[in-house]
Amino acid sequence: MIEGILIGLNTALSFKNILMVMIGCFAGTIIGMLPGLGPMTAIALMIPITYGFEPSTGLILMAGVYYGAVFGGSTSSILINAPGVPGTVATSFDGYPMAQQGKAGKALAIAAYSSFAGGTIAAIFLLFAAPSLSKVSLAFRSPDYFGLMILGLTAVSAFSAKGHFLKAMMMVVLGLMLASVGQDTLSDIPRFVFNNMNLADGISFVLVVMATFAMSEALTIIFKGSDPTQAAKQISLSKLGSIKLDKEETKKMVTTIPRSSIIGFIIGVLPGAGSTIASFLAYGMERNFVKDEEKLKFGKGSVNGLSAPETANNAACSGSFVPLLTLGIPGSGTTAVMLGALLGFGIQPGPRLYQTNPEIFWSVIMSMYIGMVILLILNLPLIPYIARILAVPRAFLIPLILFFSVTGIYLMSFNNFDIYLMIGIAVFSTILRLYEFPMPPLILAFVLGGLMEENLRRSLLISDGSWSFLWDRPLTLCIMVSIAIIVGWQIYKSFFQKN
Amino acid sequence: MRISPVKIISLLFFIFSGLYLYYAYQIRVFSFDENAPFNAKTFPIYLGYTGLFFSGLYIVLPEKKPSNVNLSVLDYRKTITLVILMIIYGITILKAGYFLSTSFFLVLSYITLGEKRWFWVFTLSFPFVAIFMFLLHGLLDIYLRDPFLKYLGIIG
Repeated sequence: MIEGILIGLNTALSFKNILMVMIGCFAGTIIGMLPGLGPMTAIALMIPITYGFEPSTGLILMAGVYYGAVFGGSTSSILINAPGVPGTVATSFDGYPMAQQGKAGKALAIAAYSSFAGGTIAAIFLLFAAPSLSKVSLAFRSPDYFGLMILGLTAVSAFSAKGHFLKAMMMVVLGLMLASVGQDTLSDIPRFVFNNMNLADGISFVLVVMATFAMSEALTIIFKGSDPTQAAKQISLSKLGSIKLDKEETKKMVTTIPRSSIIGFIIGVLPGAGSTIASFLAYGMERNFVKDEEKLKFGKGSVNGLSAPETANNAACSGSFVPLLTLGIPGSGTTAVMLGALLGFGIQPGPRLYQTNPEIFWSVIMSMYIGMVILLILNLPLIPYIARILAVPRAFLIPLILFFSVTGIYLMSFNNFDIYLMIGIAVFSTILRLYEFPMPPLILAFVLGGLMEENLRRSLLISDGSWSFLWDRPLTLCIMVSIAIIVGWQIYKSFFQKN
Repeated sequence: MRISPVKIISLLFFIFSGLYLYYAYQIRVFSFDENAPFNAKTFPIYLGYTGLFFSGLYIVLPEKKPSNVNLSVLDYRKTITLVILMIIYGITILKAGYFLSTSFFLVLSYITLGEKRWFWVFTLSFPFVAIFMFLLHGLLDIYLRDPFLKYLGIIG
């Protein structure tokens, strides 16, 4: 492991990669701050650029964007009570009241230190958990992988759908259907191509991500007539206050951070749960742990109440890399986008990744530490200025997002057809978003479609066409039972439960 | 009786899944693969049935939390104009070249969204695209086809 850490450090500490982490953190912070534009959009906009780099550099850039976007989301939660991402909603409970009391600088500092500590502690957990889990996951067979992928898809649907489980499942099926377009990987037989050569190679992953996130989010903002930058215009630099923390505040954070890091990491590892649930759970747990007098401050600007969700959501981000790096199965929409990018580089994440491509495996883990440090050093003093940049009018922001999306796909294919297809998918996604159909399950399904088919193929061929592979092994059976419980419970909850 | 829009979307998805299933059965596989436990059409067929199952379930089950969207407040004009501009951008990008089509797309989009500060409209279009192209073409060595700039002798 020491050798691996040194390989990772060597790669991550090269001038080019440090520069990429810095650019990623900075760009991610700006995009993440904008309400409605979260880490997935930020990463999606970066993918075409990363394909010009080596895989490790591209991944490091995307990891930087991811952390930056989560941190940026916290900033808009604190300053304007408009969380950029769902994972930072709990941050606004105590962050915004603090800002209203003239302690915005302090709230930003608490958020930054907590994010740093949570992310760093979780990255240490990842350092030990990932290689161990990789060894365990070598025992997994095709039926287990097939089951795990369905489990991941149902779990993401259950958590991201907010009571609309069937809508999320329809999105999963649509994502898998889109992934099935093009030549069959084994027999090269064309499927759903309709004699159109542009579809022979299938639909590009970047195209689908850009269309369903960046482009459709921009169109939704215009369609609804909302202005995400309006509130940012009211930020006053002079009202931010000091960023220095006193002894009592530091003491409170010291007790909160370790327990919130643990819960954040554990929740992050679970498929589908992610930073939103981690931050709410940590907030609730912290409220039970603190003394009665501190409990009364919750919701009114409590240091513990701000530190807990911030620590947990960053720890969950690191945790979500565990299933991605060790099993090759993303546990969230954001890591699904990363998996798609990895596959684009020709790298298959999974238990063998850290043997076949140790420099990628370790450099990503090491770049997390570096990313955390850079976020703290770079962003904290610059936040007031970055927040001012956000007051870019909507009339400029939206066309620029559309321009980056079209350019991104044009640079990859130099083909008009892909642009039309992207516009078509974006228009459909905008309508679906309007009626609360969640997009992350679609992306996750699109990325996993090929792998799912491959594992189902192997399982059915080994069992000679019998579906008994789903219950022959205890592990597969456990996974299938978990899936049945999630599906059954969600359908019952969505349609029959009274409250 | 008012039918929920989500039920209509589910019905459309049901029809779409039916069509998908029909085309899945039409996939031609090799004759030796026809009776194999798994061939090129197996997975799409399962997907088609799964789509029918979930959309059918949504159609028949009662809706507990119907999505409420006020269609009268949506900005159709700007959204449709932007989509049309993007389609025109897609049509012209190969013929007119990247520089002209992108710059005009940006100018027209800013104006569509109500921007009247001409200095910024100009700065964030033609010069901005020129700098962006220099970064891509000059620094990152990414080729961009542009007949207009080629005619002017700016790029080779």
